[in-house]
Amino acid sequence: MRFLFKTSYGQDLGMFRDGVQRNWYIALLVGLLLLPRVLPDYTVDLSLVFIYGLCGISLMVLAGYTGLVSLGHAAFLGIGAYAHVYFIHDLHLPWIVSVALACVITAAVGVLVGLPALRMTGVYLTIATLAFALIIQEVFARWEHVTGGLKGKPVDKPVLFGVSFANDVAFYMLCLAFLIGGLWVTLNILRAPTGRAWVAIRDSEIAAQSLGVNLAVYKTMAFGYSAALMGVAGALFSHKIGFLAPDIFSVLLSIQLLLMVVVGGLGSLHGAVYGAVFVAILPVLISQARDAVPAWGGLDRFVKQPGLEPGLFGLILVLFILFEPLGIYGRWTKIKLYFAMFPLYKRATFRRQKAYMRSERLR
Amino acid sequence: MDTILQLVLNGLAVGCIYGLVALGFVLIYKATELVNFAQGDLLMLGAFTCYMFVVWYGVAYWAAFALAIAIVGLFGAALDAAVLRRVIGQPQFAVVMLTIGLGAIFRSFASITWGSEIYTLPTPFSARATRLGGVTVSHEYVSIIVGTIVLCGALYAFFRYTKFGVAMQAASQNQLAAYYMGIPVKRMFSLIWAISAGVAAIAGVLLAPVSLIDINLGFIGLKAFAAAVLGGFGSIPGALVGGITIGLIELFAGAYLPHGFKDVAAYVVLLLVLAVRPQGMFGAVGRKRV
Repeated sequence: MRFLFKTSYGQDLGMFRDGVQRNWYIALLVGLLLLPRVLPDYTVDLSLVFIYGLCGISLMVLAGYTGLVSLGHAAFLGIGAYAHVYFIHDLHLPWIVSVALACVITAAVGVLVGLPALRMTGVYLTIATLAFALIIQEVFARWEHVTGGLKGKPVDKPVLFGVSFANDVAFYMLCLAFLIGGLWVTLNILRAPTGRAWVAIRDSEIAAQSLGVNLAVYKTMAFGYSAALMGVAGALFSHKIGFLAPDIFSVLLSIQLLLMVVVGGLGSLHGAVYGAVFVAILPVLISQARDAVPAWGGLDRFVKQPGLEPGLFGLILVLFILFEPLGIYGRWTKIKLYFAMFPLYKRATFRRQKAYMRSERLR
Repeated sequence: MDTILQLVLNGLAVGCIYGLVALGFVLIYKATELVNFAQGDLLMLGAFTCYMFVVWYGVAYWAAFALAIAIVGLFGAALDAAVLRRVIGQPQFAVVMLTIGLGAIFRSFASITWGSEIYTLPTPFSARATRLGGVTVSHEYVSIIVGTIVLCGALYAFFRYTKFGVAMQAASQNQLAAYYMGIPVKRMFSLIWAISAGVAAIAGVLLAPVSLIDINLGFIGLKAFAAAVLGGFGSIPGALVGGITIGLIELFAGAYLPHGFKDVAAYVVLLLVLAVRPQGMFGAVGRKRV
């Protein structure tokens, strides 16, 4: 195990722990820039990974860092997407302005949703956001002159400053840039007093309040920031899918977004990205695995049934919650610690605490 | 006047279904503080099981009804023993995700076993109606209302007068004290899951003739959330009253408000209730000492 001696404040304030870590991230960036050349067939799927990554960060800030679990984030994604498409198609605004406006509008809706959410805790909040998402979905279907209603609305390829991003590789780079930007901003907010306040609220509202954290302000801020990121992700998402229809932004998408955060590992930005990779890549892997299944006693017909895939997602979710509640990132830290401590690793380091039922009826 | 009476009757019937599903939520929540997002999918399994016995194997309706309740009830108990018992004491969020995952598995299972088509369940009440004045009283709706009343009476008697019922109340009021009194708390929780799943199955079978059976029948559970919250999440009479209120609001919204309001009325009410009075109509919130 390597110990790091900090000799200056600059080291403490830096984004990376040390030079080694920074070099690894630079290597990762170079790898990602070269990836479309290595896997040209999967460029489109990979840009979806980055968009989902943004969604993951957004939900991670809210659920993983502030402890407010929302089952309505598909609605924010939808608001971002529809607002963006309305601005570029019907009002003919420049792309960047349109994304910024979509971001602002989604953030405003997020704050509006966050205000009544101040009175709710735990599962009530989850149910309320779910209801909000269902209402918004109906609005998408009915507000026809903006959203195109049930007929849907086609989306053009993005054009920035006269440069077209219609090419798959160009769009991949655009999404990557937005993901890196989102990660950078979020990372810095999380290190600042705002982020510390969010974590304090997650761990104990009462303790946070006693230390002078204004619950109302910080919770609303978390909602607004999370929604703003979702709005940007929505703008990119609209170009990725190329056609907007209300039933895309359903409860199932919300569940998938939440699945991403849980599977990735709650409470870490790494987790958000791992979850995004998992959720975006799994359907591709499943469809490839399906073709490879041999025809033993109708097994191939069984695995090709359309209803199987959501069930598989559900099964993965259940297994993760039962056996690895810390998600992929948690498993990764365990493996890393095992090697770092090599002969002395204690299994109990990460053992779940046995707790009696903690009542949430008392507030 | 007749239209209003008609709406009230139909609203009552729809509301009873919401109430029954909400009752399932509340029973589990009161006992274990888990919120079961898969309740609607248990309802769907109940409806499909009954359909399978009636149509595939030619079992008589009432026998199939009983079989469906028993099978789904047993399934609920098994689910508690195998899966949900492990997550008690974990953050509620984990449980919510767990039950959402279970719901997805159930839907997948139903689509593989029974197919993703839409079915109708033939019952003794199907497509029969009596005219009372200007109101058409369809027997399906009457069966729902009567079924709900009978079930609620039975449950009330069970919780009030039987040893099991009292033990369950004790287990849900104070887990630790119940242990000290020698109540097998784990078994009680399994039993509550069985009852709750059984109630969902009953709601499913009663709903089947009115709404058609398909794998998305379980999404009715989302509206039942509105009912449960409206009544205060921990209150059994509240769940029923909440369900009936939501049913009535929904039908009146469908009749008198523009298109689209029928589907969202329940959720609008839910949001209003949560914003204005989060503890619902019948709920009580204690204060925690720090």
